[in-house]
Order: sequence, then structure tokens, then C-alpha cells
Amino acid sequence: MTPLEAQASFRISPGQKRPFDWAKLLAHIILIAGSIMFLMPFIYVLSTSLKTAGDVYTFPPEFIPDPVAWENYPEALTAMPFDVFFLNTIFLAVGRIIGLTLSCSLAGFAFAKLRWRGRNTLFFIVLLTLMIPTEVTLIPRYILFSKLGWVGSFAPLLVPGFFAENAFFVFLFRQFFMTMGQDIIDAGRIDGCSFIGLFWRIIAPNAKPVFAVVAIYIIQNNWNSFLLPMIYLTDRAKYTLALGLRLFNEQFYSQTHLLMAASVFVVVPIVILFFFMQRYFIQGVVFTGSKG
Amino acid sequence: MLIHNLFKPKRLSFWESLNAWIFVAPWILGFIFFTGGPILASFAISFTEWDIVNPPVWTGLGNYELMLSDPLFFQSLKVTTIYALVAVPLQIVVGLFIAILLNTKIRLIGVYRTLFYLPAVLPIVSVAVMWRWILSRDWGLINWFLSVFGVYGPGWLSEPEWALPALILMSLWGVGSGMLIYLAGLQGIPTDLYEAAKVDGAGAWASFVYVTLPMISPVILFQLVVGLIAAFQVFAQPFIMTQGGPQNSTLFYLLHLFRNAFEFFRMGYASALSWVLFMYIAVLTLLIFRFSAAWVFYEGEIKNE
Repeated sequence: MTPLEAQASFRISPGQKRPFDWAKLLAHIILIAGSIMFLMPFIYVLSTSLKTAGDVYTFPPEFIPDPVAWENYPEALTAMPFDVFFLNTIFLAVGRIIGLTLSCSLAGFAFAKLRWRGRNTLFFIVLLTLMIPTEVTLIPRYILFSKLGWVGSFAPLLVPGFFAENAFFVFLFRQFFMTMGQDIIDAGRIDGCSFIGLFWRIIAPNAKPVFAVVAIYIIQNNWNSFLLPMIYLTDRAKYTLALGLRLFNEQFYSQTHLLMAASVFVVVPIVILFFFMQRYFIQGVVFTGSKG
Repeated sequence: MLIHNLFKPKRLSFWESLNAWIFVAPWILGFIFFTGGPILASFAISFTEWDIVNPPVWTGLGNYELMLSDPLFFQSLKVTTIYALVAVPLQIVVGLFIAILLNTKIRLIGVYRTLFYLPAVLPIVSVAVMWRWILSRDWGLINWFLSVFGVYGPGWLSEPEWALPALILMSLWGVGSGMLIYLAGLQGIPTDLYEAAKVDGAGAWASFVYVTLPMISPVILFQLVVGLIAAFQVFAQPFIMTQGGPQNSTLFYLLHLFRNAFEFFRMGYASALSWVLFMYIAVLTLLIFRFSAAWVFYEGEIKNE
């Protein structure tokens, strides 16, 4: 299924008028109960983050903070340089988006649209690398980067991105480009367009959705990423939000109200992105799930 | 097709090949330096003792022998396997259940879908920090919920027998991505199959068992494999919430590997651990595929009875 089809399959057509449907009522009841269960942790965390230190420890819990301690947020966010952590996270996300979209889409283009010897063999290797768990390359990569003197800098997290380290993205771009007609390529060639020109002027502009899916994926992964930044970013000035929050969790272990405020802060950008770009989040997930 | 063939060159063009190689060059270099090379290196390193600072010492199978006498290795393997065997099927059942409910043509479906999916996009470190509080024995949301039913909840993260179940419970909050995949799968099932089942007198349950399940089984298989691999990569949750404790009851495999590599700087032993994990996942995946023929249905396939 291509991302576009996946998108289409998510458009749900409205049902026709029918007599009262008990099954639907039951579905609604279960779904509402389930939604409440899924929402409760958010509500609980949010309410804790807005309570004064003295109001946090109550049982049964009170969900409406009184008084509302807005000051928890400035207090938590200035206790550590969260602005720096935020900028570092954005910097890494942008760097990885540039590196990965460029290198993976070009490789995907060569695999999908150009004719050359070795194409099938190399593409088979791309598919093989999809199955390799990250743990296996964790230690040699760390040794390589430490011998290069890169540990402590952003380089170990950024540089591999420019070398198409994510085989899944190569696969994703290739699959998408395959669905674009060969005739555009041939027509472009007859008009004397170079291959890179074809890619830049014809293929890429017509593949914006897949670029968006990949970019969203990278942002989400980057926000989520923990183990790799932790082993490479040893200097606190280079910490990402995830690392900063983990440090905050250690130092403010018992100040639950501040801890919850900090964790809400880390979550909010991704939640906002999710609400605006939900379509692309969903396409990405659906594509991953149906590639098998 | 014929017109297309007119333009198709008989021989591969040198220029086209050159361009292709330039376009895939970054990937090739990346593969050599960041994937293929490291895999071979990690295999070699697994036969050495190496703290990075001093030169590596060849120890043959020493690390693998060490593993057999390392109780924490077996503990981490046990913890991770139990997690995979319990959490992954639970995630599949819950995800599929929600997806089936969402596949009925009802109002507010977009709202429900967003709500159920949202937790899955949250960064795992935040989720871990939040759930440490939610699972708190005296003030947590979960134990409050249990107390409504008169149950006195345990110290989820402080009692060895409850810490792993707590992490499994927490993982169910993230079933949203699986749910989306099942939903896409369910929407791809042709409606005439259900109509045919109805004509044959099948009720809701029968059409679920004889139409929905077989049609969705390839997706379930895929989710099983993906979930298994993800289970063996669980790291941040125990690292932040329990540090592997209490009494190593949440010592996940990757946490054990991480400690050996980056706390004790035993790169050789950690590499050996990573290879054993790789093989273990490969064998489990093969077994799943081997036995999947019995329950996975592919369209156009005719089963021998």
C-alpha cells in the first residue's frame, strides 16, 4: 500500500440512516470508557504539574488543582537550561532531516528509476539491513567514534544521517518513486534533462507527501531517542530534552510537581506537531505496518 | 508497454550507471562504515577483552563461556523473554480490539482514533517519568483506581513481583500505533466477504473468526515480529523507572548490555552479548515464521486440509 492509498483508506464514509443500532451504542460505551482510561494519565500528570508542593500528596487524588500553581513551569524550566536542551534537540532534528532525506531519497531514486548493474544485489542488502537490531552495531560504532575523537560532540548522531543510515527510509522512498510512471523519466531524458535535474525538478516535487512522512518520523524519533544521545553527548551543554529530563528526574526526584511540569514541557512540542500533522504520523505508521 | 520499449535502451547506459552509483554512494559508504563494517567488527570484538583505552586482548570463546556463568545474563534473558511473551500478545489483543471497535461506522471516530494513538507518539523518557508517578504506591493514579474497587494496590515499582507487570501495563498505553495498523488492515477487508458470511448465516462472532481473523492474520504476524524485536530493545523504561530493580526483576537485556559496555567498559563481553541477542531474535523470528504457516492466511492461497 502506498502512503497515498493508506491515506485514502482512512477516509471513513458516513453511514446511511439506519434504525437504532445497539451494537453501535455498545461500541460507543466501550470506546468512551477506553478513551477515559487512555486520557487519565495525561490529566493526572497535568493536574500534578499545576499543584503546589503541599497539594501533590493527597489520597484520593484531586484532579482540579486549587490553587493553580502556574509558577511550577517557570520554576522547573529555569532550574535547568531547558531552552538549551530544546535548541539542541531542534538542531539535531534539523540536521538529521537534511542528511537523511537527501541521502535516502537519492539512493531510493537510483534504486527505483535508474537502470544499472548491481541494483538488485545492493537493494537486497538494503532489505537485509532492515532486520539488523541496532544493538549489534552499538559498540563498534561507539569505538569508531571514540577513536575519531567524536564522543562528546553531535557528530556521531549527525554524520551517519548523511550516509543514509536508515535503510527503512531508503526502502520507503524507493517504494514511493516506483509508483511514479517511468514515462516521466523517459520524457525528461528526451528533453535533455540530467538525472539529478530529473530528481530535483520532477521526482522530488511530486513526492512531497513521502518527504513529509519521513521528516515527521525523524522528528519523532529524535524526540524519543535516548540511548544514543546518552552515550555520545557527555557534556550537559549538548544535552537533548530527553537527556535533560532524565537528569531532572534524578535531581528533583522528590519534587513531583516540578518533575511533572518538566515532563509535560518535553511532551508538548510533539503533541502540537501531532495535532497539526496527524495525517503524516498516521501514514508513516500504516506504511511501516503494511510493508510486510 | 510497446511504446515504452521503444525508448528502452538495449544496453545499460554508462552515463546512467555512473549517475546511479553516485546517488547510492552515500548509502554504500554508510553501509561499510556504520552497518556492515561494525557488524563484522562486533563479531571480532566479541572474542576479545577490551576496555577501549588499552589494546584488545584475544580471549577466544572466553566471553561466551563467561556468559554461561553470569547469573545476570540469564536473569536479563528471562526478564526480557517474559516481557516479550506477555506484553506482545497483550498489545496485539488490545490493539486489535480497539481497532475493531473503531472499524464500525460510528461518529467521532477521528476523535477516538486520535485519543488512542496519542500516547504512542510521546517520547519514552517523558512517559517513563510520568508513569513513575502514576504507579506510585501511595499517591498514584493506578492504586487510586484499584482502591475504588476496594483493592489495596501494591508498590508497583518497589516490589520485585510487581515491577515487570507494571512495565507491561505501561506498555499497553502505547498500543496506538499497532491499533492504526490493524485499522488499516481491517479497512482493506472487502465487504462482500462479510455479506457472503451473513448469507451463510454467520453471526458477528462467526464472521470475526472466519473472515476478520484470517484476513488480518498477515498483519498480526508482522506485528508479532516487530513487537518481539521492540521488546528486546526496551531500555529507557527500566533505566529511568527502576534501574533494573528491585532485585533485578526488571533487568532488561539491553540494560545489562549497556552496563557492561558503558559502565564497566567491557566492550568484548558486551559485543558477545549483542551477538547472542541477535541470534536469539533471529531464531525466535524464524520459529514464528515456521509456525505461522498454520495460522496465517494469504489471499489466493489454497490450504490443504
